[in-house]
Amino acid sequence: MMDFMTRCRPYVLGGVLALVATVALAVQPDEVLDDPALEARARDISAGLRCLVCQNESIDESNASLAKDLRLLVRDRLLAGDTDAEVVAFIVDRYGEFVLLKPTTGGWNWLLWASGPGLFVLALGMGVAYIRRRGQVPAGGEAGLSEDEQKRLDELLKD
Amino acid sequence: MITELGHFALILAFLVSIVQMVMPMVGAHKRWPGWMAVGEPAATLQFLLVAVSFAALTHAFVVSDFSLRIVYENSHSDKPMLYKISGVWGNHEGSMLLWVLILALFGACAAWFGANVPPTLRARVLAVQSSISAAFYTFILFTSNPFDRLSVAPINGTDLNPLLQDPGLAFHPPFLYLGYVGLSICFSFAVAALIEGRVDAAWGRWVRPWTLAAWIFLTIGIALGSWWAYYELGWGGFWFWDPVENASFMPWLFAGALLHSAIVVEKRESLKSWTILLAILAFGFSLIGTFIVRSGLLTSVHAFANDPVRGKFILYILLFFTGGALTLFAARAKTMEAKGVFGVVSRESALVANNVLLAVSSFVVFVGTMWPFVAEMLFDRKLSVGAPFFNMAFTPFMVVLGLILPIGAMISWKRGKLDRVLRSLMPAFGLAVALMGLVWAMQTGRSLMGPIGVFLGTWLVAGAATDLISRTGQNRDLSRLFRLPRSEWGKAVAHSGLGVTMLGIAGMLAWQQEDIRVAQIDTPFEVGAYEFTLQDVQRVQGPNYISTMGQVLVTKAGRDVAVLNPEKRIYPVAQMPTTEAAIDYRFMRDVYVVIGDAQDGGGWVMRVYIKPLANWIWGGALLMALGGCLSLSDRRYRIAAGARKAAPVQGVPAE
Repeated sequence: MMDFMTRCRPYVLGGVLALVATVALAVQPDEVLDDPALEARARDISAGLRCLVCQNESIDESNASLAKDLRLLVRDRLLAGDTDAEVVAFIVDRYGEFVLLKPTTGGWNWLLWASGPGLFVLALGMGVAYIRRRGQVPAGGEAGLSEDEQKRLDELLKD
Repeated sequence: MITELGHFALILAFLVSIVQMVMPMVGAHKRWPGWMAVGEPAATLQFLLVAVSFAALTHAFVVSDFSLRIVYENSHSDKPMLYKISGVWGNHEGSMLLWVLILALFGACAAWFGANVPPTLRARVLAVQSSISAAFYTFILFTSNPFDRLSVAPINGTDLNPLLQDPGLAFHPPFLYLGYVGLSICFSFAVAALIEGRVDAAWGRWVRPWTLAAWIFLTIGIALGSWWAYYELGWGGFWFWDPVENASFMPWLFAGALLHSAIVVEKRESLKSWTILLAILAFGFSLIGTFIVRSGLLTSVHAFANDPVRGKFILYILLFFTGGALTLFAARAKTMEAKGVFGVVSRESALVANNVLLAVSSFVVFVGTMWPFVAEMLFDRKLSVGAPFFNMAFTPFMVVLGLILPIGAMISWKRGKLDRVLRSLMPAFGLAVALMGLVWAMQTGRSLMGPIGVFLGTWLVAGAATDLISRTGQNRDLSRLFRLPRSEWGKAVAHSGLGVTMLGIAGMLAWQQEDIRVAQIDTPFEVGAYEFTLQDVQRVQGPNYISTMGQVLVTKAGRDVAVLNPEKRIYPVAQMPTTEAAIDYRFMRDVYVVIGDAQDGGGWVMRVYIKPLANWIWGGALLMALGGCLSLSDRRYRIAAGARKAAPVQGVPAE
């Protein structure tokens, strides 16, 4: 059950936060921008940014007050006319790449991104090689029961 | 006194496990029947002793004996009885005791139901299983003793985390553990077979029921956890790609691969060494999961046991068992020569593809989960890998899996005819394309997720139906359906369950509607086709919490649909607030209402969601589990048939 604790980090960080405020539910009505297109972009961006005091929770989902500050910051930047990429860059500049829920491809991270396709190609190659090998075994190799096996099979069939 | 008896029983169980680990193994090696026979009574005795120990701990929770440290830390006398009991495994020490209880249970089951397994193999299986138990007894007794006393017993406890006081979550860990630990038997069978140097069709048949059982439990456990997250956390998310979730998801994927490859071993005597490897990896990933959850390595502020000593200990257990098994595998794998011959187009090939996809997708989850740790250790970068990565890296494999599944499920063993299978699947394909076109036309400018999910889901369900109907023969004699082996039904039900889950995920992600606002009392507002009215907000006193409960009338086109009572609770002892969403569950959609804070200017914050097909996600998981149960109850597992081999042409009625 502890498996799910991490998601509610603000609750779990516990005492502290709970004493400060009662539950605030992620995005609050007063944060929502008037322009629905801009708000939709804000939601999109916030879903990709990590709440720093939570574990693995985006600022869009989080109840922590820091997440709220970040949500407001995202909206401020959007109102100031930034593009989505500029907003994200602005926040990464200040909080580091830790806030990105979707890691960049820079540096050794290419290894992370390539691992899926790479492993797939590797596994597929091995699978295909195996299948072709199985197709070439002489037919005689199939039903070879050893003497012991045959004896045991006969015994079992008698039951 | 009862507590001390429990502690004592646990120590005795540890001693028994050492005997069970050594004697049958030596006996099997030297062919001493007496020593081999020790395994069964020892397994039974071990299980009874751990059961006594577990009962003693449960007793302490039930009577609220706060002189026990973990009872004090995780319970409270006001707590409802259900949560007093679930509190036993709501903490590190108690959950480890549950873990060894289940280990011993599976060991005992292997002894009780293993009459048809050859004595040397059975002795070795029980010995290997007991060596795992022994490692965990050591871990519990030396680092995580649940029977620790406090020198002064406090008047009352500090309560269980309120989020965990929930019926869905009360049963989530036992199911998950039954799954995790169930894979230990497959592991023991694999290692025993490696020591024995022999893997045949009979081995495949012995291992498969255990794999199926473990997979069923994992499926239910994961679904329960996901459902809990959906209704409890207050925004209706159902999967978060959290490290601890991934910890349970990886063994599930491997177990899925294993139960398919074991079919190939059982029916065709191929894929042997790969199946052995999968069995080792499946349990290895269970251990990795345990390590991730309990070491605090990845989630540094995890609420649960992040004591580095414990983390290290589990790491050693993990390295010893997976490392040892893999070394043994490397030494012995060559002796397991495959026997079956099959063409490129065949059920065997399809199952190889299934295994490739499931294993690779599981590794992708693994790499993504461990990457932040790797990046920090090796490259000194602090970064996150979250849901957006997993959605991109993982989903394509599931899409491909869904695409080829109905074809693979129908193709013949040995040498299949692709054109014939494709022809019989044309109606299913047509239906799936038609439905995809329909939802595409109905939604404009939304994500592609919806149409793709609808296509895959329909394709899987209709494909499973086609598979069943194809078994009715040329003249479509439907009464034949009821004479089919249960495993055929199990397969169809489980596969369509996957389709239903995919439909649910697509529906929820693509067409969810959300509304956030300050709602005034008695002022209706519209979301989608529904109208919501917050009628009243009251303070309600619960057994161990205080609740702010709203009353929301939901209407559609003037007709009442439901009255919902979303709550915000405060648990004074634990000093924690929780949200209790109110949900109107219907077949085609959920209406999900959450109440937030009172506003200074009057009114309450309210969030309302319309979630189409939400129930299908867990409904599909239930279908998968049901399919597993049907397979498990198949005749060939019920009758103790030893090595009697099923006709390999079972899946080819026309030939």
